[in-house]
Amino acid sequence: MNVFSFDNTFEGLLTLVFDSYQQKRFPDEILSGEGSQPVLFASTNTIETDDRKAERVWNGIVKHSSEENAHRIYRVFLADLPDTPKLLVKYIRLIIDSNKNEETNFSEPVVVEFNKLHQKVCREAHRINGFVRFQKTVEGSYYASFAPMYDVLPLCIPHFRDRFADQQWIIYDLKRNYGFWYDLKNVSRVVFDDLKVNPQNGQLHSSLLADDEKLFQQLWKQYYHSICIQERKNDKVHRQLLPQRFWKYLPEKGFHSL
Amino acid sequence: MISETSLEKLKILAGAAKYDVSCASSGTQRSNTKGGIGNASAWGICHSFAEDGRCISLLKIMLSNFCIYDCAYCINRKSNDIPRTFFTPEEIANLTIEFYRRNYIEGLFLSSGVLRNPDYTMERMVTVAKLLRTEHKYNGYIHLKAIPGASEQLIADAGKWADRLSVNIEIPTENNLKLLAPDKDFRSVLEPMKIISTGILQAKEERQKYRNAPKFSPSGQSTQLIIGATNDTDRTILKLSSALYSKRDLKRVYYSGYIPVNSYDNRLPALNTPPLRREHRLYQADWLLRFYGFKANEIVNAENPNLDLELDPKVTWALRNPHLFPVDINKADPLMLLRIPGIGTHSVQLILLARKHTRLNSSHLQKMGVVMKRARFFITCNELRSQNVQELKPEIVRQLLLEKKAIGTDDAIQLKLFNPVMPALGQ
Repeated sequence: MNVFSFDNTFEGLLTLVFDSYQQKRFPDEILSGEGSQPVLFASTNTIETDDRKAERVWNGIVKHSSEENAHRIYRVFLADLPDTPKLLVKYIRLIIDSNKNEETNFSEPVVVEFNKLHQKVCREAHRINGFVRFQKTVEGSYYASFAPMYDVLPLCIPHFRDRFADQQWIIYDLKRNYGFWYDLKNVSRVVFDDLKVNPQNGQLHSSLLADDEKLFQQLWKQYYHSICIQERKNDKVHRQLLPQRFWKYLPEKGFHSL
Repeated sequence: MISETSLEKLKILAGAAKYDVSCASSGTQRSNTKGGIGNASAWGICHSFAEDGRCISLLKIMLSNFCIYDCAYCINRKSNDIPRTFFTPEEIANLTIEFYRRNYIEGLFLSSGVLRNPDYTMERMVTVAKLLRTEHKYNGYIHLKAIPGASEQLIADAGKWADRLSVNIEIPTENNLKLLAPDKDFRSVLEPMKIISTGILQAKEERQKYRNAPKFSPSGQSTQLIIGATNDTDRTILKLSSALYSKRDLKRVYYSGYIPVNSYDNRLPALNTPPLRREHRLYQADWLLRFYGFKANEIVNAENPNLDLELDPKVTWALRNPHLFPVDINKADPLMLLRIPGIGTHSVQLILLARKHTRLNSSHLQKMGVVMKRARFFITCNELRSQNVQELKPEIVRQLLLEKKAIGTDDAIQLKLFNPVMPALGQ
């Protein structure tokens, strides 16, 4: 049994593909990150991430399919699920081993599975674009935290950077404990060790909030309830479109008594 | 100026605006400007969902719910004894910016009751849009309602600042409109619509010549029709919609199931619940008009003036035209694929791409998301030869499709009991 392990970066995964082709051995099992359990009775092939190898695989994908397909592979990688690396290796092999462009061959199960996951990741990113709620701080900057199902913050940043170009902001992923900070010029990746945030609702400690922050949360909550047509209440559709896992971070769904 | 007292005003003025169903924030792609705030995303973004399942994308609010008109179907009619209030243009602009900065909303959808006269009202609304664009350097989405009867100049101004303008027709025939809204007639509604569509067209032509010519309502115009407040048939409604799409180039016609807000008025029908099923079927028919290449008279005609509430309009059409089926999935042209029940625009794209690689069979189709329960009566493909609509006769297929919904397989029962299929609103 061929067991590979890599550092859980995208470049690492592409390096893994490169090394597999070079060794003519393809993974049956892939371990990612530090926390993964070693498999008994098998020696593990540890991949050392190499940007040049990664780039060659990226170019290979572009050559055999399209640049958009390579970006799609990156987005699926961000799904961050235990089985994603295996799915991606399978998909990349299909693309590279064929003379035709297989990315549109929806009669291949792996292509269908790949595209379904891609759709899920994009949907999550789109939801985060909508459901992020900034809290204004005493310093006048804006803070938001969330726990996305997939690791989609990198996909959302360009949108927030363009839209909120004239305000400083931080968007933080509480599940993966990292975030992005925009200082009116650049966006940088940040990790906080002593974040004064209530993990239950993503709210900053009230001493850090701007004076009128609670008022606007209250206004928003009032708006949310006034805009609903009671005669048309539809709980099922409501929950489908606004999954419950998001509620605790949304002021309008009432994370504190107003 | 935004304070605790704004809470009550917001409650009244958002409550007054909620019956307008439009909430689209799509159609404009605009990047932020240097030093400004906001952009517009071509796809639109939903920021929340109300408990009625409708998307909340915009701050949908009325400048004022005072109104000099007395339309029977409207909660804000002047003869209603309800709390009345207004926001100043500055207050609305501020509230919009504060909500926007917190990522609560995609933009503003401003409407108003008619204060004093249409021009006075329209002018105040244009002031809000202008404040946002100039003072606040705001590049987010703005939707303004054009007040019926407002002057051409004011509507032209509105189109300069807004992404979308809309005039609500509300009642699909002139006689019924006059009956229910004595202060309005078709002219007062259709005239601003014409001004808007001319403005949009001119701006487009200008921009072909000069790249920097100003845009005019770049995300187009829309309207709303109230369903079930009058005896108008679906045929009347869909013919009107189809004419609006082709002649006035509307982006959207919204259908709003009538909610008896003024049940004391005996010109209106007494309804216990809003006609949601009919509204849903009209949206489906509307989709067929806009994305599936159907003509209104294919969906409804003199013999069938109303949509079938039990089956979707595409199935109903297919059952009336069995001679066109079965369709060969591996050969048919895209327009014909679009007409197969159970196959949507997305599946058609996948089929077109995938059949270049392989001859498709039913399991491929299923994986691609085709609803085989409906589609199987209307197609042939590799390895599938279940009985089709020609062999079974349309009446039988109709029964089978209805049974599938009601009792049918265990799956269907489960679906029915625990997962009732609700009409999903158009986005």
